[in-house]
Amino acid sequence: MSLELILFFILAAIAIATAIGMLLSRSAVYAALYLVVNFVSVAIFYLLLDAPFIALSQIAVYAGAIMVLFLFVIMLIGLENLAGELNWRQLAWPLVMGAILLVEGVFLVIQRVGQDVYIGQTGTQLSDPSLMAKVLFTDYVLPFQITAVLLLVAMIGAIVLSKREKPALSNQGKEA
Amino acid sequence: MVPVSYYLILSAILFSLGALGVLMRRNALVIFMSIELMLNAANLAFVAFTRVHETFSGQIFVFFVMAVAAAEVAVGLALIVTIYRSRQSVDIDQLSSLKG
Repeated sequence: MSLELILFFILAAIAIATAIGMLLSRSAVYAALYLVVNFVSVAIFYLLLDAPFIALSQIAVYAGAIMVLFLFVIMLIGLENLAGELNWRQLAWPLVMGAILLVEGVFLVIQRVGQDVYIGQTGTQLSDPSLMAKVLFTDYVLPFQITAVLLLVAMIGAIVLSKREKPALSNQGKEA
Repeated sequence: MVPVSYYLILSAILFSLGALGVLMRRNALVIFMSIELMLNAANLAFVAFTRVHETFSGQIFVFFVMAVAAAEVAVGLALIVTIYRSRQSVDIDQLSSLKG
């Protein structure tokens, strides 16, 4: 059993345990913090897979920006305590459906992989961010620009949605 | 030396846990976190395939998925805050006014 395989299993255990912890936690803040640990362990998987740029943007974007946004909204709304939310009698169907999805997914993976590829040998060019940037700004430049438009639309949407209605109405009344 | 199928199985497990979270939690915020978990599981599969096929396309798709996730979180959390402001609750069982 190689070192990399041992590392994989430890990280996989952390990732699965934190995901389950997020599902079962009674406090929304704890759920968010479990999710941060999950994101960080996935980022270390990216490092193992020779994708350092993706790993660091995972930490910066997911564990940083997105989870801070989540925690901010949790504190704004005040949902620290969700006691009594999980009703075990209602959980039977979701658990069955989740188990079916898991079995199907794992079955399809095992069935289709065929000859398994072993990853772990280093020496490829994949970990070089400048080569990735070259592909991103040549082959994928149009999707990249569409992403910019998407982010702009999301920003405008968030501002419009969170704007309060009443002051706008009173301003209109003054102008008229 | 880790076989790629281990990564794919881990990705399937994380995706299933995310789907389970969407099905079993009633709080809109926790459901949102579960959706993020599912996106992350898909990203892990993308990066694993990138490593197998030795091409950058998978990593670039992960990049785009992250951008879409950021946009989704911004709009979704604004929606949740707006719903909370009008209903004083983000329990999805109580948000049934669109039910016919």
